[in-house]
Amino acid sequence: MPSEGKNIPVNYNEIPRTIKRRPYYIITPGMIVLIGILIPFILAIFLSFTNYSFKSMHWRFVGVRNWTDMLTNVDFYHALLITLIYAVSATVVQMVLGTVIALLLKKDTLYSKVLKVLFTFPLMVAPAIAVLIWQLMTSNTVGVLEKFLNVFGVFNFPWASSYKTSMFTAVLIDTWVNTPFILLLVLAGIQSLPKSPFEAAQVDGASAWFTFKTLTFPMLKPFMYIALLFRLMAALQEFGVIFSLSKGGPGDSLMNISLTAYMTAFKYSRVGVAMPYLLVLWVIINYSAKAIVNRQRKLARQAQGL
Amino acid sequence: MHFKKKAAILLTLAMVSSSLVGCSGGNSTAPSASSGNTASSASAEQTQAKPSQFDWKKYSGTTLKVYFVQHFCSAPIIAKLSEFEDKTGIKVEHTVTPEANYFDKVSTSLSSRSGDPDVFMSGAYQLWDYSSAGYVDDLSNYTSDAGATSSDYDFDDFVPSVVNALKWDGTAGHKVGSGQLLGLPLMSEIYTLSYNTRAFKQLNLQVPKTLDELADVSKKLKNWNGTGSYGLAIRGARDWGTIHPGYMSTYSNFGASDFAIEDGKLVSKVNSPEAVKMTTYWTNLVKTGCAPGWSSYTWYDCSADLGAGKAAMMLDSDSVGVQQNWKGASQEAGNLAWATIPVVKEGDTPKSNFWTWALAMNSASKNKGAAWYFIQYFTSKDFAKYATIEKNSLDPCRESVINSSEYEKKMSAQTGYLESFKATIDNSTILFTPQPSFFETTTNWAATLQDIVAGKYSNVQAGMDDLKKKMDKAVEDVDVG
Repeated sequence: MPSEGKNIPVNYNEIPRTIKRRPYYIITPGMIVLIGILIPFILAIFLSFTNYSFKSMHWRFVGVRNWTDMLTNVDFYHALLITLIYAVSATVVQMVLGTVIALLLKKDTLYSKVLKVLFTFPLMVAPAIAVLIWQLMTSNTVGVLEKFLNVFGVFNFPWASSYKTSMFTAVLIDTWVNTPFILLLVLAGIQSLPKSPFEAAQVDGASAWFTFKTLTFPMLKPFMYIALLFRLMAALQEFGVIFSLSKGGPGDSLMNISLTAYMTAFKYSRVGVAMPYLLVLWVIINYSAKAIVNRQRKLARQAQGL
Repeated sequence: MHFKKKAAILLTLAMVSSSLVGCSGGNSTAPSASSGNTASSASAEQTQAKPSQFDWKKYSGTTLKVYFVQHFCSAPIIAKLSEFEDKTGIKVEHTVTPEANYFDKVSTSLSSRSGDPDVFMSGAYQLWDYSSAGYVDDLSNYTSDAGATSSDYDFDDFVPSVVNALKWDGTAGHKVGSGQLLGLPLMSEIYTLSYNTRAFKQLNLQVPKTLDELADVSKKLKNWNGTGSYGLAIRGARDWGTIHPGYMSTYSNFGASDFAIEDGKLVSKVNSPEAVKMTTYWTNLVKTGCAPGWSSYTWYDCSADLGAGKAAMMLDSDSVGVQQNWKGASQEAGNLAWATIPVVKEGDTPKSNFWTWALAMNSASKNKGAAWYFIQYFTSKDFAKYATIEKNSLDPCRESVINSSEYEKKMSAQTGYLESFKATIDNSTILFTPQPSFFETTTNWAATLQDIVAGKYSNVQAGMDDLKKKMDKAVEDVDVG
């Protein structure tokens, strides 16, 4: 469609230089960010083929040794398993809890407003501080949770100090910190839903479950996918809660890939050895994120009848 | 357009590759490890141009960067920084970091070879890592230089065992005590038994002298001060700090060792009969007499529990317990006393592992003369006395302070403290075998100990066999000369 008022030159040579340069100005910040991301990434790949260490000023190429060492190390598969168990359990629990609480608080009453403020409080607490709070609460001598369990005849519940309960404790703390994030996203989704289908369902006498199943849940799915994407990515690279809680212990019970890489790089100074762990984690996160995005796109296309 | 696209891609690649070249330039541009181990040319330049008389103002106008760990021995230095600045004209910029993250910060800073920090606090174990990489200067180059060192410094006044703990020849497997002086000590600690006299009176118990008695008493002291109180506080967190105090001292009292050199290689000995016997004893001790949350316990937790009346005894540093016993310092202040570390059988000589916080110099420092002045000032006799007597930084590393009437008087209220210190100090040294993978091997050790206590292994022998494999793997590339 021809523009009105302004004559746009059709010959490229007639375009003023300032206008010609505009795309470069626009793309520059993006390029800087891209380079900022690429440098550490390429460096990580490069270092994964060296024996680079904080303990030595000299390094050399070691070929694929770091990779084969990792792939033949039983601790790597243990760390991989812990990473997946933690990420899946924390994400599932938080998704279910966050969605349920959001549905319960969807009405705009004074009661729900107060509860929304209370539920979002943990979002303002840094994970390390949250762990300190929970360490106090779970203390076997002064902890409020211990006193609570005592009422039910449970004494000295081991929380993070036992193999059997350390994963549960870490996921519990993570859930306390991160469920409000899901809650906020889902609540925002609920509030943006069109009102007319729900009014029609009400007029038709549809039950609450039927309305949820056929209207609320399908329409909320895009928001839930976004929440799922962010939470799963963060849970796969979990570090703060586990490190502050038990440094991966007791034993190796919570040694996920992030912690293993951190310990190897910074505690044992073997940077080259740690890099394959981080790159594997990057692949897992990238693949998971892509899978979720593709699924969401597929659903969107289905909804449009495509 | 095509050309521009290609040019943009080439430019991007050029930028990335130039960054990589910059990063990997360590091979060609970094100074050699050997040069880092001796006073480098920079320091030589500074120290060779020595004045006929020692001058505290020689480096006036220099700015030093110093890393401190959050500890009661760094507090007196920070309190006296302005005095040092006035005396020398050297400006000090410092940071204080909690112990949990401190060494990560130091390691990354030293490896950058930027010269920042000029001076840092360190323990002996960390210095094995740093000196292997050539990151620290040999301070004997300065202590032996009359032009660089004040005449009243009196190096011979240091307690020999403490200075020896900071000397190492750089060969894995060789004991400490000779070679380069990697740092100068601020304080030291040995491991003794701190106990609550009220608890022992209350239950009419005798202070344990042997390890069997310790296990027995620990069990009897469960709930001595109400539900949740327990017998013995010992470290259990998943890091090297769990191994080096009570565990390593007792391990050595059982006759076990961590490594031996066999066929020119370092070989772990943690699955020897003595080591397994000791770890079996320790596991039972943890299960029957220690805090339920043992696996998260660091020295902070142990000493806090002792002061709060939760733990009746603590097998850890002699000095951290005292910080709970100063008047008004804790709930149980005034009730704490000290005894030597329990031994295998009565009459055995109590042997303790050793720890010392020291000041060390970054070999890449661009201000080595000023850095040495800083180290010299804060390890001097006068400062050591001030830190100990006025600021409660224990244990002093200078004979003149230990033998002073002020120290005697100060510690007289700490029942059994000086007696147990004197009975132990001469038999104390670093009981670990020096090697540059110390943190990897000891962290694996702590994790395995947690696994054994948690019952992950069918028996202690299986756990220690597994640990041996991990330790051997960690030191497989270590050159034992």
